[in-house]
Amino acid sequence: MSLAEEFGRGSLSACPACAAAPSAERIAALRAEGDGRIMLSLPLAHCAVCISTVEDALSAVPGVRSARVNLTLKRVSIAVAPGVTPAQLVAVLAAAGQEAHELDPGLLSATETDRQGRDLLMRLGVAFFAMMNVMLLSVAVWSGAEAATRDLFHWISAAIALPTVVFVGQPFFRSAWAALRVGRLGMDVPISLALILASTISVYETWMSGHHAYFDAAVMLAFFLLLGRYLDHRTRAIARSAAEELAALEVPRAVVLVDGAEVETAISLVVAGDIVLVRPGARMPVDGLVLTGTSEVDRSLLTGESLPMQAGPGMAVSAGEVNLTGPLTLRVTAAGKDSSLHRMADLVAVAEGAKTRYSSLADRAARLYSPLVHILSFSAFGYWMWATGGDLRYAINISAAVLIITCPCALGLAVPAVITSASGKLFRKGLLIKHGTALERLAEVDTVVFDKTGTLTLGLPEPVALADHPAEALALAAALAAGSSHPLALALADGARALGAEAALVSDIREVPGHGIEGLWQGNPVRLGRADWCGATPLAQTATYLAVGGKTHAFAFTDRPRPGAAKAVADLQSAGLQVELLSGDAEAPVRNLAQRLGITSWRAGVLPMEKSARVAELLAQGHRVLMVGDGLNDTAALAAAHVSISPATALDAARMASDIVLLGQDMAPIADALRIARQSTRRMVENFVLSGGYNVVAVPLALAGLATPLAAALAMSLSSISVSINAMRLK
Amino acid sequence: MDILAILIPVSLLLGAAGLVAFVWALKSSQFEDPKGDGERILTKDWDDRPKP
Repeated sequence: MSLAEEFGRGSLSACPACAAAPSAERIAALRAEGDGRIMLSLPLAHCAVCISTVEDALSAVPGVRSARVNLTLKRVSIAVAPGVTPAQLVAVLAAAGQEAHELDPGLLSATETDRQGRDLLMRLGVAFFAMMNVMLLSVAVWSGAEAATRDLFHWISAAIALPTVVFVGQPFFRSAWAALRVGRLGMDVPISLALILASTISVYETWMSGHHAYFDAAVMLAFFLLLGRYLDHRTRAIARSAAEELAALEVPRAVVLVDGAEVETAISLVVAGDIVLVRPGARMPVDGLVLTGTSEVDRSLLTGESLPMQAGPGMAVSAGEVNLTGPLTLRVTAAGKDSSLHRMADLVAVAEGAKTRYSSLADRAARLYSPLVHILSFSAFGYWMWATGGDLRYAINISAAVLIITCPCALGLAVPAVITSASGKLFRKGLLIKHGTALERLAEVDTVVFDKTGTLTLGLPEPVALADHPAEALALAAALAAGSSHPLALALADGARALGAEAALVSDIREVPGHGIEGLWQGNPVRLGRADWCGATPLAQTATYLAVGGKTHAFAFTDRPRPGAAKAVADLQSAGLQVELLSGDAEAPVRNLAQRLGITSWRAGVLPMEKSARVAELLAQGHRVLMVGDGLNDTAALAAAHVSISPATALDAARMASDIVLLGQDMAPIADALRIARQSTRRMVENFVLSGGYNVVAVPLALAGLATPLAAALAMSLSSISVSINAMRLK
Repeated sequence: MDILAILIPVSLLLGAAGLVAFVWALKSSQFEDPKGDGERILTKDWDDRPKP
């Protein structure tokens, strides 16, 4: 609520001192958010039964007006009366055996993309209809229709083809015009020229009762090129909607305290000065100062440190950190767009600009190809004008034939077909390709830089050599750890249970937020927690300490490596890539992990700026760097690298900065991705060679004036089909 | 060859009918959820009475 509104409401109210009224209104305003339409993601829905289960379960909830499952997108869209909360519906579905997650409908703005896709599909349908009909008529002409019959067939073809070319060619005409206006020759200029020239010359020939008309070629050209365009669009739309879904999964919510009442609200409505409550286990939604409460915070996503920090009143915390043990109340210093997380995202936008400068294979082919086509066509025109002594009709016919035959039907399909096939394959392996040229860039990589916490490791602690500890200490620690939800305590309790250690009898167990757990054992106080609180000397690595009868005992932890991390590193190394580990964490855990995974080149305690500097340094040495990272401290490096991958658990900003998102927990698909990327680049080059090969055969024929519409149609369809088949050979 | 005067319009009309059907299907968003529509046909929920 803005100040002006508040002022306006205050003056309307009879008693300006009534402070309760505006805050009650504020509560109502904050609660009103999220009514009307709810979207849930259903990652496990796959069959007819799932549809019925979900729709029936939701329809039975009072207040639900309608529910419709979209199985293709694995989502359900629900129209609800005010008062129905997403959490309630998720619980209903969980009871019906369906896993569901809330999606933020505001972020799923796929309507514009949908509209474009439908538009392309409609043009494709029209082109297909026209192509089939014109082709039937053309076959009759090719098989020897004579005189009046031929003219009739040509006129009917013209009646079908001309409106089709005008309607279907619009995407090409528009982008060709845009390219010409800035003085460039894109792929679309020769395409448009060929479409227009082929149509006009054919109308003229028909008028003059000529033998050759290229209506079929014009329409077929439009169809194949639109097909390439549509494939390209679809691949990008799928990637975009999956990326949007990832972002929409994290519905940003904060618990605001208004006059002591807890109100759950969207982060966009939180303003500086609000008081926010953060429960243990939750992520800080905003930047702020701690007002009350003591706890520990995990800042690994921001700095890479795996050791939790202590937090108490007066300490500044920033959005993205995780509150571990006790509840904290914060006074908001910055929320939403002003928070430190968003400021980092701006940094990414700058680096993104650099990436669009990468010129893809298709761009390079177009740059080589467009001038060549025009030169060929115009020189054919000039030569035949001279050779025939000024026969304009013949010369234009030849130059139109050259344009049609060289026209990049296969070139337009060469890249989209390969990328569609490759990203579909990678999507099934759990990799989402967000950027069109990401595969090409991935294929060029020779150095891989990994982040540690959250990337090569899961950020979950694992006790080291628990069996070597004295049984008594282990029993005590297990008993104390069972009383806490701190990640170290949970890991310790799990580890002790796995070893079959019996928990000791400890009474009066009490958790001291931010410090640890204490209790009474055989009448003596025992403590498990931070080193300073237990009176122990801290180890160099993550550890928790047990104090009993004046003696202390340390339990050390390592971070659990991500499944498939060792395989991914080994595969990358055996593929001849240099692997590096840069971490913001302390030296001991980094060395430990590097040895475990067989990485020889590693650095610890690296600041975010140093990470991106190291990446820039490698790039300057001529290396092509793949950066794999998840945290805010990796974001700048992810954006600076040649190509980047982040896991789905990464922060929004990091995911946004990276080109490829790893959807599953397993890291092994990265090596696969590299192999598929290299293979698909090879297929693209092969496709260019293939379509070039057809041109090498057909262009001399066209230049010599021997090309007939039949030859043009054959060359075009054969090259398009062979290019598509080659793309599908991807394994 | 008189037969052409009938056959060509007929074949064009049939093709155009297919095109119109395609455009109609596109406009009434029948390509939104192809997988779901394929599965929905298997459910028995609304076999006895139409969905309200």
